[in-house]
Formats: sequence, structure tokens, C-alpha cells
Amino acid sequence: MSFSTTQIWTIIVGLGLGSYLLRLSFLGIIGNRDLPEWVLRHLRYTAVAVMPGMITPLILFPQATEGTLDPVRLGAAVATVAISFMTRNATLTIFGGAAVLFALHFLMH
Amino acid sequence: MLPKDFWHGFRDGTPFILVILPFGAVFGVVATEAGLNLAQVMGFSVLVIAGAAQFVAVQMMVDNAPVLIVLAASLAVNLRMAMYSASLAPHLGKISWWKRGIVSYFMVDQAYAASILKYEQSPGMTPKGKFAYYLGIVTPICPVWYGATWAGASLGTAVPAGLPIDFAVPITFLALIVPMLRSMAHVAAALVSIIGVLVFAALPFNLGLLVAALLAMMAGAEVERRITLRRQS
Repeated sequence: MSFSTTQIWTIIVGLGLGSYLLRLSFLGIIGNRDLPEWVLRHLRYTAVAVMPGMITPLILFPQATEGTLDPVRLGAAVATVAISFMTRNATLTIFGGAAVLFALHFLMH
Repeated sequence: MLPKDFWHGFRDGTPFILVILPFGAVFGVVATEAGLNLAQVMGFSVLVIAGAAQFVAVQMMVDNAPVLIVLAASLAVNLRMAMYSASLAPHLGKISWWKRGIVSYFMVDQAYAASILKYEQSPGMTPKGKFAYYLGIVTPICPVWYGATWAGASLGTAVPAGLPIDFAVPITFLALIVPMLRSMAHVAAALVSIIGVLVFAALPFNLGLLVAALLAMMAGAEVERRITLRRQS
């Protein structure tokens, strides 16, 4: 890395400030104004629209295995979804998914 | 005394420590190995407080990308936060401006996902209760993020190489997404999101995720509109 101290802090502060403004954007501007129904209808799907897409590449092409499909990670993902459907409890699902992940890891390595 | 919504949030936020701890520690180690000093590493985790964007920034700094390109690429990773902000606005828009300022600072993926899930499941919650719940969620998450970063940066890695800890992130997100799939519209949005991100994978700066997410929101809204129309007719 060949950055000066000033450049490094420019990146850190710039990224911090930019991220904060992105987070504040709608929450700050809209405040207590009411949004039209069609906007609210789209916003209701934000979480299910962003998060599955965010983790799909992590599940199918993990960097840790140089982007090749990994039976340990894929198996843990399938088990996590199954546990979630059965228990309907996020805490149990996280611990259960982690347990399956490490069990598969030690079985296969 | 803290309200009970705070403690509900605290309880729901605690399992995320399982993810935040290794994630923060790995960032501390990677950023230190890249050549940043302790103050700079902590500067990232305290001022940016967004793991994925921080990793992208450090990776691009290792590749000696120009400062503006580093900023553009890592901010693009955080563009989803603007969508979270819009999605939280109907719930938290009525609290005072300084509280919205606090919510914005702590808006990390886990805090957003856990609180929006709770808000949708509890329509009777007041904006005050929603704010307390949000603070409860971030209380076990964010201090652990700072502490784990510091530990990683100053102590180095104690995690044996080869363990699949990278996968803690997908597991927690799956645990949050599945309960959200309450209707055909939610399922449609999730499917479009998954297919979209694969189709648009070649777009630079992580923009594929944003395109996929916008299409997925439109899909969810459209399916909801059609289901409502059919019920009315």
C-alpha cells in the first residue's frame, strides 16, 4: 500500500461521512411526512429484495474456496433454511446453522 | 429504567455477537496486515461501521487504487443503506431529528433486518417503542464490533486458519430472511433478488445487487397489487 497518512484518513473520513449521509437520507428528509401508498408498497419489500441477493454469491461462490461451490457451506445454508422453517426462531436458527456448518466442516476435512 | 422494548431488542440482538465477533476480528487482522495503524483501523470500524464496505476499501487500498475510486467503490457497497433508510422511514420518521441521527449512525445490516422484521410483526408498536427496540438491538452488536476490531488489530488472529467463519454472515441473514417470507409477494421479491444478482453479476462496483434489489422491490409490489385486486373482485 502506498498511501500517505492524509490520503488514508481522507478515505476513512470520506467513507464514514458518505455512509452516514446514505443512512440518514430518507430517514432525515421524509421525517413525519406521509408517503404515497405505491412508495410504501415498494418499501415493504426492501429487506427481502436486498438481503437474498447479498448472500447468494456468498453461498454459491465463497471466496474462501476460490469461488467454487462448497458442499460444507451449501449444506449449512440448506440446513439453516430448514431449521428456520421448523423453529421460526432466529436465535435457534443461527446457533443451529453454525452447529451444522462446523459439524460438516469437521466431517469432511 | 430502560423500557421493555429495549430489552426485547437486546435479547434479539445478542445472537448476532456470534457473527460480529469473528467478522470484526478478521477486519482488524486484515486491515493491520494491509499496513494501517491501530488508530486508522479503529477509525474505519467506528466512523464507517459497515463491515462489507470496509473490506472493499482496504482491499482496494492494497491494490493501490486511486483515492476517489476507493471511495466510489466502497460507497457503492453501502448504497443499500439508503434503501434501508427509506424502508425504516415509515416506522421511525416520527421520532425527533436527533434520535433519527442516532438510528442512522447505527444502521448496520443486522440492526435493520431484525428491527424491520419486528416492526412488521408488531403493528401496534409506537414509534417510541420502535426506537427503544432498535437501540436494544444495536447495544450488543456495535460495541462488540469495535472491541473485536481492536482485538484483531492489536492481538492478531487467534482463529485457526481454514475454519469456515466467513459463513457466519450468510447464516444470520438466512435466519432473518426466512421469517420475512410471509406472502407470495415476499417470495417473489426474494426470488427476483437471487436471480437478478446472478444475471447482473458482471456490473462493476456491486451495482448488480442494486439493480437486482430494485427489480425485486417492483416484483414484490406488483404481486401484492395483483393479489389485492383479485381479492377485491
